[in-house]
Amino acid sequence: METKLKPSFLDEVASIPACGKINECVQCGVCSGSCTTAAHWEHPPRKIIAMVRAGMKDEVLNSSSIWYCVSCYLCTARCPRDIKPANIMHALEAIALKENYRPPTKTTTMYRSFARSIEQNGRIYEFGFMLEYFLKTNPFAALKMLPMAFSLLTHKRMPLLPKAVKGRHQLNQMFHNITTGGSR
Amino acid sequence: MRYYAYYPGCSMEATGAPVEKAIKAIAKPLDIELMELEDWTCCGSSPFSGVDKVKAMAITARVLAQAEKTGLDLVTPCSSCYTILHEANELMKDDHKLAWQVHEALTSVGLNYNGTVKVRHIVEVIYNDVGVEALAAKVKRPMTGLKVACYHGCQQVRPEYGYDDREYPDWLARIAAALGAEPVNFPLKAKCCGSSLVISETDMALELIHKLLENAADNGAQAIVSTTCPLCHTALDAYQSAVNGKYKSHFNLPVLAVPQIIAVALGLDFKQAALDGNVISPRKLLSPYLNSKIAAQAPAQKAAAG
Ligand code: SF4
Ligand code: SF4
Repeated sequence: METKLKPSFLDEVASIPACGKINECVQCGVCSGSCTTAAHWEHPPRKIIAMVRAGMKDEVLNSSSIWYCVSCYLCTARCPRDIKPANIMHALEAIALKENYRPPTKTTTMYRSFARSIEQNGRIYEFGFMLEYFLKTNPFAALKMLPMAFSLLTHKRMPLLPKAVKGRHQLNQMFHNITTGGSR
Repeated sequence: MRYYAYYPGCSMEATGAPVEKAIKAIAKPLDIELMELEDWTCCGSSPFSGVDKVKAMAITARVLAQAEKTGLDLVTPCSSCYTILHEANELMKDDHKLAWQVHEALTSVGLNYNGTVKVRHIVEVIYNDVGVEALAAKVKRPMTGLKVACYHGCQQVRPEYGYDDREYPDWLARIAAALGAEPVNFPLKAKCCGSSLVISETDMALELIHKLLENAADNGAQAIVSTTCPLCHTALDAYQSAVNGKYKSHFNLPVLAVPQIIAVALGLDFKQAALDGNVISPRKLLSPYLNSKIAAQAPAQKAAAG
């Protein structure tokens, strides 16, 4: 009789590119102490790593903490064990999105709009991606951004139409290849 | 003349337009030729890593595969692109499973990547290939007396590239000094501006931008010289009025992307330096320099007196 074990949360994270060393974390806390936005995290980076190792998947992925990572790489530059906490945070974000967790943050919607913009145009179409994001979250928040958007517009820094490039077809083909597990 | 493959990145077509224009304007006088990749696509940037890492790396690899065909170093002005292109290179060396998945995906569209491309930041190219001495020798309008805070931001120096110091870099200050300007002490020069989350966590990003502006102003800067990253430049320039609104502050610090101030020092005019694209207009601050006579060789030291 065969029993199939579900990979643990820790294994799942460790299998994502750049996250393999998560087991070597010594819990020194340098990452949390360095983190640019730690004040906003309910569970700062060191604790997130401890929670992943303790298998606390729901607690980690239902929390907004990881979504405050601004990719400043201070943690990664300073970690004495070469763990790459920034990559781990983004890996956790990807698992949360894939498994439809709903942490209390609007960054999930922003990332999805961002990815869709790439799929549709091959390049980021800044105006369209921001518009989609605000329509999906809080159109009134967009009003606050209007003066800024207008100043970018008048300085010719906010084209209103997308520039879809041919390469987008290749990107989508490549995504398809990855999703379906390659040519084999 | 030095030749490079050039990858501007998506933001350069929108919010980064003035930085891009200034880069194009100084390329020739600096004897560099930037050959833009054909039909390039997004590098994936950090948000895509938060969606799907393998796909993100495949997107990045398409850019690298295109660059490899040219046989040249790949130069980008966007720090976010720089980080991710660099990371894809490194990760595919170490992670064979990832390398295989990306290889399969590239093959499915007739592309191939052998991992040979050297990814470089344009600030690093200006600093190392052009060199500050050669740059100084080309100066026609010394920026004497202009006090500047030089802002590197995070991803130009991190995570790990082996060029400048990861926490206290000084390329930009050396470049500014070569132009005759006076770099002020700026402890936050490699701290993050938060722009990757400025759309969804606006208040948090404004807090970070406010700290940077305050630190620059407190140290006596009349302007910020920023790295070429369009995200950094936009955060400091276009979001400055939002910071003033939130913090009841009165910052009015022009943010000169480094190619813009180089352009002025090389004798180009306001429009050629794309300074008309800056939201905080540097016209008044720079008029003594812009109006000064272009020195043929030995620069007139009184340029800044006005
Ligand atoms: S700095 Fe590195 S080793 Fe220390 S707690 Fe953070 S991830 Fe672990
Ligand atoms: S990269 Fe993310 S987790 Fe690391 S210090 Fe910066 S904000 Fe914090």
